[in-house]
Amino acid sequence: MIEIENVHKSFGALKVLKGIDLTVAKGEVVSVIGGSGSGKSTLLTCINGLEPIDSGRIKVDGIEVHARGTDINKLRQRIGIVFQQFNAFPHLTVLENVTLAPRKVKGMGRAEAEEIAVKQLNHVGLGDKIKVYPGRLSGGQQQRMAIARALAMSPAYMLFDEVTSALDPQLVGEVLDTLKLLAEGGMTMICVTHEMGFARDVSDRVAYFESGVMAEIGPPEQIFGEAKNEATRKFLSSVR
Amino acid sequence: MFDTALTAGDLWFMMKGAGVTLAITFFAVVGGTLMGVTFGVIRSHVSPWLTLPLVFVLDIFRSVPLLIQLILANAFQAIAGLQISPFTTSCIVLALYTSAYCTEIVRGAIDAVPPVTRRAARSLGLTWGQDMTQVVFPMALRVGLPSWIGLTLGVMKDSALVMWLGIIELLKSSQIIITRLQEPMLILLIAGAIYFALSFPIARLGGHLERKWQEND
Repeated sequence: MIEIENVHKSFGALKVLKGIDLTVAKGEVVSVIGGSGSGKSTLLTCINGLEPIDSGRIKVDGIEVHARGTDINKLRQRIGIVFQQFNAFPHLTVLENVTLAPRKVKGMGRAEAEEIAVKQLNHVGLGDKIKVYPGRLSGGQQQRMAIARALAMSPAYMLFDEVTSALDPQLVGEVLDTLKLLAEGGMTMICVTHEMGFARDVSDRVAYFESGVMAEIGPPEQIFGEAKNEATRKFLSSVR
Repeated sequence: MFDTALTAGDLWFMMKGAGVTLAITFFAVVGGTLMGVTFGVIRSHVSPWLTLPLVFVLDIFRSVPLLIQLILANAFQAIAGLQISPFTTSCIVLALYTSAYCTEIVRGAIDAVPPVTRRAARSLGLTWGQDMTQVVFPMALRVGLPSWIGLTLGVMKDSALVMWLGIIELLKSSQIIITRLQEPMLILLIAGAIYFALSFPIARLGGHLERKWQEND
């Protein structure tokens, strides 16, 4: 379970998160929508401790992410994250990209790590690309590799930060299909996304963020059908 | 073809000089690179204010002509009674000189690694050290290698200046023979060819690695 309690976060004078409360249960898929600069992506980087928070609390499986004694590297093994920008390690093959963390962080042997990696790469449809360097992959393939790389650590949670935003339109579908497959497999996911169709079809709940505040959260039928919040309705009519 | 008084013994004397050039270059580049990598990592991770003293010292080594550095260092060690040989003094000065340039190469190469790539590495649970050794250094190496090769070749040629501390390296050995035989053209040609023979493999190695890495992009 991910528990976010009254989290505040600023970059200098800019208040990015103004008291976010959100609890994500095991197996739940929560999509976060909202305009640019609404704090959606920052929330994800706070959840796995890549960004410090100013106040409040984030707990993952009962462990406080930003507490002093927390072994953040260990905690991150349970939380996979995929970013908007493709961030393949260009000097490693696809297989090596995926086996790096299992081998170095978990101390797995090469054979075991490769077995897991191949399984995950097959899962995202890159089984025939394992010997290739990322520079030879399309954006969609790189993003799917990043997903496989995160999954190879067998995380309990997956965070997706606008993973399709930097893709050519014709490549968006393949990545969303991969996410859908994951959701159907019971993965707990928080997806920051601009893909409203995806948010509606896959999510258990959809949260609408506006200027650092979670203005509304509810099942997709509520958000996309009869949003209670005026700002939510306005945003959705503008993106449609 | 043409008459020359050059003997096999003279050539051997030049080869020994080349050996000294190679040895000084080796110690200077190894020492300078180790220091340069250390300082470069510090420069790219620590706030500019804290590294100001380091930057200042390195700027001195980059700005003051190497010849002046060598002579001053040698004079200083003599006055201080440190009993350091000219060879060791030369290696230390050249290593510091190399490290000053290497620091900037390393800093630039590390800064060229996209922050989001490092974030991705950390988000997988890699520690800072693992991120550095597994992701940052290999990526930075590809960026910095051409400049580092250039630096190494430059240091090899600059090492000729140690002759002013009385060390007989390649250029000094050539000069000694020129003084005796009065055949500067031939002997400088040979000395130049030896410098080339020493540099060429390093330059080719760099080119080879660059091509190999490019194939992956």
